[in-house]
Amino acid sequence: MTGELLLLLLPIILVTATAVLTMLMVAVKRRHAISCFISAAGLILSLLSLLIVVPLAPAEVTPLLRVDAFSLFFTALILLSGLAITFFSYPYLANLEDHQDEFYLLLVIGVLGALVMVSSTHFITAFLGMETLSVCLYGMIAYPLHRRETAQYPMEASIKYLVLSAVSSGFVLFGMALLYAQTGTLHFTSIAAALTGLGGGVPAVYYIVAALLIITGFAFKLSLVPFHLWTPDVYEGAPLPATAFLATVGKLAMAALLMRFMSISGVLSSEAIVHVLSIMAAFSIVGGNLLALLQSNLKRLMSYSSIAHMGYLLIALLTLDTLNESLGAEAVSFYLVAYVLMSLGAFGVMMVVSDSAHERDHIGHYQGLFWRNPWLALVFTAMLLSLAGIPLTVGFIAKFYIFAAGVEGAKWGLLFAMIVGSGIGLFYYLRIIYRMLTPLEYYEPIPEAGLKELLPHCVLFVLLCALIVFGVYPNGLMSLLEAVVASL
Amino acid sequence: MILLWLILILFLGGALAWASEALDAKLPRVIALLSLLLSLTLVLWLFLSGAADVRSPGGTWWVLDSWAWIPRFGIALTVGADGLSLLMLGLTVFLGLMALGAAWNEITKRTGFFYFNLLWTLAGVVGVFTALDLFLFFFFWEVMLIPMYLIIAIWGHENRAYAAMKFFLFTQVSGLLLLLAILCLAYFHFVQFGHFSFDYFALQNVVLEERFQLWVMLGFFVGFATKLPVFPLHSWLPDAHSQAPTAGSVLLAGVLLKTGAYGLIRFTVPLFPEASATFAPVAMSIAAIGILYCAKLAFAQTDIKRLIAYTSVSHMGFVLLGIYAWNLYGLQGALMTMLAHGLSSAALFMLAGSLQHRFHSRDMDKINGLWAQLPMLSAMALFFSIAAVGMPGLGNFIGEFLSLLGAFQASPTIAAISALGLIFAAVYSLWVIQKVFHGPYKIPERVGLSAIPDDLSGVEILCYALMALGLVWMGMYPQSFLALSSPGLEGLLQAIGAFSGELATVTVNGGAL
Repeated sequence: MTGELLLLLLPIILVTATAVLTMLMVAVKRRHAISCFISAAGLILSLLSLLIVVPLAPAEVTPLLRVDAFSLFFTALILLSGLAITFFSYPYLANLEDHQDEFYLLLVIGVLGALVMVSSTHFITAFLGMETLSVCLYGMIAYPLHRRETAQYPMEASIKYLVLSAVSSGFVLFGMALLYAQTGTLHFTSIAAALTGLGGGVPAVYYIVAALLIITGFAFKLSLVPFHLWTPDVYEGAPLPATAFLATVGKLAMAALLMRFMSISGVLSSEAIVHVLSIMAAFSIVGGNLLALLQSNLKRLMSYSSIAHMGYLLIALLTLDTLNESLGAEAVSFYLVAYVLMSLGAFGVMMVVSDSAHERDHIGHYQGLFWRNPWLALVFTAMLLSLAGIPLTVGFIAKFYIFAAGVEGAKWGLLFAMIVGSGIGLFYYLRIIYRMLTPLEYYEPIPEAGLKELLPHCVLFVLLCALIVFGVYPNGLMSLLEAVVASL
Repeated sequence: MILLWLILILFLGGALAWASEALDAKLPRVIALLSLLLSLTLVLWLFLSGAADVRSPGGTWWVLDSWAWIPRFGIALTVGADGLSLLMLGLTVFLGLMALGAAWNEITKRTGFFYFNLLWTLAGVVGVFTALDLFLFFFFWEVMLIPMYLIIAIWGHENRAYAAMKFFLFTQVSGLLLLLAILCLAYFHFVQFGHFSFDYFALQNVVLEERFQLWVMLGFFVGFATKLPVFPLHSWLPDAHSQAPTAGSVLLAGVLLKTGAYGLIRFTVPLFPEASATFAPVAMSIAAIGILYCAKLAFAQTDIKRLIAYTSVSHMGFVLLGIYAWNLYGLQGALMTMLAHGLSSAALFMLAGSLQHRFHSRDMDKINGLWAQLPMLSAMALFFSIAAVGMPGLGNFIGEFLSLLGAFQASPTIAAISALGLIFAAVYSLWVIQKVFHGPYKIPERVGLSAIPDDLSGVEILCYALMALGLVWMGMYPQSFLALSSPGLEGLLQAIGAFSGELATVTVNGGAL
């Protein structure tokens, strides 16, 4: 392996080194602040190293990984999300009656897994990344295990996620095996090449089954209906930073991988697969929104709304094969950026008002927030409106992109489902906003845990700015994404 | 550039009003007043400076500016105003001032945030009336919703949560249909011309297959008809109007409803002439049903604000009728009805607000015989009720008469049926007058009979006088409004042609009356 290839892997290597360093530091001296600082510094260094890598791309680093504009863009996005969650975690974990350091360790290794996923063009690396990320998530979800009051929820959530995630990995593995038996390769591009010669008949059916098994596994991780059953319990049981990590980095890496797989391997040329995915999208949109409708626990609400949002995303993913100016791919990428921004913001507000002793995830906790803490309420409102797709926010442009891609792909049924779903979605987002506007009869101060720290508020400010800037003047991001998806 | 300033002044004024609350709770309303007066100056300046261009042949657009915004989709910040837009702008800013007057003493809680929402709603409306890029138009269409939602949800009456949610859901979901339809058009522009465009003028060149055109047109129609509102889609309106604070009701009835009618005139028909011609009989029938049905519903109400809300739906039926008659009489009638109804309904909502403020009730069964106690208020109520009935000499008459005249050319039967609405209007309007202002004096008990409530204050009298003046002007000399709008409307008619062959010959100048 030459030096240049190592340079290309610099972000991944730096994140790995950060994990090792954090672990060593724990052995030398356990200090919450030190661990947090090392993780954050490592992630920032890795981000900076992208400046070195960008001029060298695109390049194949062994047949297993590919570093191009696409993988670099998502690498940056994942690192930024990881960094934001690190900042939010510090005040949240400050009063945990246990060691906090390992949480950062798990977080950094989870980021590593996600980075491998978005750079992979080979099933081996894809699987490796997925498992690395999942194993870290088991730990993160069950992290506040030794708290007596809340112990059963994280444990239950973690076991649930462990079992279902393992099953879904089994599906992916079986699908990979079938594909390998069919084509003799696990490389995305070679699979596509081997499949072009395939006519109808038995081999084609074989291949469809394989692709469906793989997509099933991916759908588990993206929590699409009917593979969504784990989502609300895991979201609710996990501590907020873990929920945020699962909802942003987890979804982001999986969606990016799915996007690369779908656009390279040409699975969408099979009508059966398109049908299955369309049905999944429609059910996710309608089902997710309906189930979110009357939730009073915000984590559960966010989990159901994430199901709906992944359904919207799937509409754009389905238009990937109408390769007309790559509108579909741009729509997916833009939607992911928007989704990560607004989820981080929404979970960020929850994290700021919560701490590891009190999860403030009930809608009643936010009643009258507008008059108690206008700043947090403003951020939360902006994030919720963006999730609902209202103009002046990035969520609107993202929804617009999906509509444009859907019209181009003539997915009328799905677009109609999206309109119905958005209508239902508005109801529960507005319900939260209305609760924030309704004054409390008595004055109940918000717990001070997260409010004193400056850093989380700075992150929220940056997120709010990004939300509005990309919502009002999305030009820069759009041209960047055009370049990014061109490298697919 | 001046139109962009108009929008920016309102946006910035709103932000400033919010920020200024920290200094003094009374400062926001002063800032709101200043920014509205500044906007009024700009609009008046446009009226005076633009008038020269109008008389130049073909100059139907007075102002037209464009800046690139999102080139990826061919989206530009294109704003323009012709006579039609300008009249709507005048109405918007004027009623903005009236709403400010209504809120001046009524809103005491969270004033900064209230005036922020008020000005941002107005900014959205001004944007809607000037945007000539469909993406920009949709952007403003949605921007005006959230502040209005907040106005109803925070400062509304007893059932505000339900009303605000219903208002938002109706307009937002129909708005998404509109967005989908806009995107279809833009995409077919891409197919036919090789690039995306949301430009109003460019999209007029898109040719759609007949059946498909009908579907896309319906997307536009539903979006606008919900806002107008048109008969089967109107159920959000009585709730929203009756629960909103007075200033909110004034804006909703006076201005927001008109955005729907404006959308139909400016976009639905010109972009889809053939489909609209096919659809016209259906639309006119719906209009006739709406006029009669909602007039009947109005008669059944005891809540004054709900009653006025239903009469609004009924009157908007005349607007729809005039638009889909699609000749100069009909369009001028629709426009005049929009302007006159804007003033008369705003005044009536303000009067209902005054009653609510004084007696904490809007129930007509509990408030009777006010004339002796509140002569000024009662006289004003009589004047604006009579205006709403459509008495000759006031603006509403001109509007409804022209609408019916236009509709008669298109379909005598529907026009004849719709004209019955005028009789119903007389019934419910006079009924209100009789119940609330005549008979023995009776007010809700908890107010206390001994306390004689104050009559109208100076500010209130000024507001009502201005609106009354506007109505008399429209009724006595409608030519000044017709002349302003006719170049733009005639331009539309010439570009598209009337809906049927025989009507194409009906070309009149604005001086028909």
